[in-house]
Amino acid sequence: MSAHLHAEHHPQASGHSRRGYRIGSALAIILTVIPFWLVMSGGLSNPAVTAAIIFALALVQIVVHVVSFLHLDTRSEGGWTLLAFLFTVVIVVVTIGGSIWVMYHLNANMMPMPNGAVPIVR
Amino acid sequence: MSDTLLKTIFGRLGWESFPVHEPILLGTFFVVVLLGLAVVGATTYFRLWRYLWKEWFTSVDHKKIGIMYIILAIIMLLRGFADALMMRAQQAIAFGANEGYLNAHHYDQIFTAHGTIMIFFVAIPLVVGIVNFVMPLQIGARDVAFPFLNNLSFWLTVAGAILTMVSLFVGEFARTGWLSYAPLAGIAYSPDTGVDYYLWSLQIAGVGTTLSAINMVATVIKMRAPGMTMMKLPVFTWTALCSNVLAIAIFPALTAAFFLLMLDRYVGTNFFTNDLGGAPMMYWNMVWIWGHPEVYVLVLPAFGIYSEITSTFSGKRLFGYSSMVYATVVITILAYLVWLHHFFTMGAGPGVNSFFGIATMVISIPTGAKIFNWLFTMYRGNIRFELPMMWVVAFMLTFVVGGMTGVLLAIPPADFVLHNSLFLVAHFHNTIIGGVVFGLFAAMVYWFPKAFGFKLDPFWGKVAFWGWVVGYWIAWTPIYVVGLMGTVRRVHHFDDPSFQPYFVIAAFGAVIILVGILGFVMSIVMGFVRREQLRDVTGDPWDGRTLEWSTSSPPPPYNFAFTPVVHDLDAWYDMKARGYERPMSGFRPIHMPKNTGAGVILAGLSLTLGFGMVWYMWWLAALSFVGLLVVAVGHTFNLHRDYFIPADKVAATEGARPRLLGMGA
Repeated sequence: MSAHLHAEHHPQASGHSRRGYRIGSALAIILTVIPFWLVMSGGLSNPAVTAAIIFALALVQIVVHVVSFLHLDTRSEGGWTLLAFLFTVVIVVVTIGGSIWVMYHLNANMMPMPNGAVPIVR
Repeated sequence: MSDTLLKTIFGRLGWESFPVHEPILLGTFFVVVLLGLAVVGATTYFRLWRYLWKEWFTSVDHKKIGIMYIILAIIMLLRGFADALMMRAQQAIAFGANEGYLNAHHYDQIFTAHGTIMIFFVAIPLVVGIVNFVMPLQIGARDVAFPFLNNLSFWLTVAGAILTMVSLFVGEFARTGWLSYAPLAGIAYSPDTGVDYYLWSLQIAGVGTTLSAINMVATVIKMRAPGMTMMKLPVFTWTALCSNVLAIAIFPALTAAFFLLMLDRYVGTNFFTNDLGGAPMMYWNMVWIWGHPEVYVLVLPAFGIYSEITSTFSGKRLFGYSSMVYATVVITILAYLVWLHHFFTMGAGPGVNSFFGIATMVISIPTGAKIFNWLFTMYRGNIRFELPMMWVVAFMLTFVVGGMTGVLLAIPPADFVLHNSLFLVAHFHNTIIGGVVFGLFAAMVYWFPKAFGFKLDPFWGKVAFWGWVVGYWIAWTPIYVVGLMGTVRRVHHFDDPSFQPYFVIAAFGAVIILVGILGFVMSIVMGFVRREQLRDVTGDPWDGRTLEWSTSSPPPPYNFAFTPVVHDLDAWYDMKARGYERPMSGFRPIHMPKNTGAGVILAGLSLTLGFGMVWYMWWLAALSFVGLLVVAVGHTFNLHRDYFIPADKVAATEGARPRLLGMGA
């Protein structure tokens, strides 16, 4: 572990090359063009499927950015960068997913409102 | 002057904002002014201003910043405890026809200020202060990763504390409880300055706490001595790391919730209002995403303190080190999965409530494992019952009860009965006093000789110990009882006279705790008076096991003349066992960070920004904000940030130390 302590001054040591940036840019462009094309051409009749595909491509896009532009790999900073990233992902998923779950559940014990209004979250 | 001009200059601040008609506040004001004048006068008389500014206020030394955090916390403890005594006195007498001496309006401010101050300006600064002082020494570092940031974090916390204290005499503090729940804290129900004081002081202090947490995590990860792998990290440093990782992850949730509430109050948005699509419950959800992990931010370092002390005073290696580390990490993760147990009654269905109830009960498993680890460390150990160890034993006996009432409250149907009752209030005081406060007192007694070179006075230390422990049980057992019988929290008057004896006993217990607090202050005073008898010349007064005991007491500014090399978990114990001799020659110049006043100035500008925003003095807020930017950017051009301690000066400092090191106590 301590051998990695002084590695922070050598960004080239982790192997970020121009090639990595080029591949990243190409992938990012492709992953952006496909959703635009899907929507603008109206290629799929079902909007739910279109939304699902766009969402999936957006997730892939996040991974591409993080890996090729932010240089996330298993080696940088002795693995701490990857650990911090995974931890953040867990926390964000728990916070946002948990909040949505909790907030949509809050009227479970409430009396029905007139006109069928949903009181807490619209 | 016209009204418009006055309003432009002073915002909503006017003569009626000063509580001249409140005799209690007026009296407090005069006492505070007299004390303040005495302190300022004494500082001027002894010509200490220059010394304080150069050696302390602008210091970037982690040890001095840690000590200043602890001083801040002790001062705020006196304020927060004064609030507690007032509440106990009010509840002891306000029965039936007797309305007590506080009206509801004033009482509401007191319980809000008590909770806010005790968590944000006592518990957090104490924990941060002890981590600041001890952790870099434990890992063999010369300072934290970002020394200037550390100074800034401290002064931002001070700015928040000052803003809270100002509300005592200029305007009012919040009447909305320590987390200022919406919609009560919205502008419709709290139009006065109280909630604004609350929000701005906590936002400013919160920035400080977040920055400090980032600093501590970077320090543990990047600045450990050679050979100190993660599984050779002292347990206190492990818990400090996990606690600060938690703090980094949760404080943004609180800041965001407060920011949205600020928008509601200042620009008329409707995030947390009752109408126009606002969701007040979202505010509860967000503050408790911060709030529950926050108790682990506080208690994890306390667990680390207990581990260090148990191991040192049992003369044994800690039992189950790796299980202790994994338990800490598991608690860190699980702390995120339980927040809804603070609002089981808000309306969620059985699916949600069962999930969060079970997750809450699961947390007690790693915590219980820790208790057994400490017990097994003590088992067949050569236990010395000195003061720090006494605090540990008191903690184990007290905290286990708090843990069990916590598991009881984690059962949703039981919580529906006990929610918002005094049983809950007794439960969290049981865990925070029995878990966090006892640990922090243990830490202060344990590491005080390291910080100042002499031990605290043991007699007054025992007065503090017995006052706190006995006082705690007498003050809170009756509150458990009345809470179980259904008494709700946050009321200033009761109708049923049969409850009065319980509250009288509780008030009596609070007075015993006061004896404990004064005993602690006396143990510092008498320790100073008797410092020659209590002097620690070895640097290792308790026969310690970790690296902080390998340097002198107090440590030199550079902590270690040579960075220690670690071969074992209990690095200093290992060095002593192998007959380590301190090198007396071959010193080299030491590279150190330089002091700077930028932290004090930035925090001062944050304070005026907060004050301007609270009172709608827009010009003051705007000026302060521009000033903040100018000073912050200007400081980046300050390139004189470091200096070298010459080798002969290091040699002189090291040579002045007695050659007794390594001999133990």
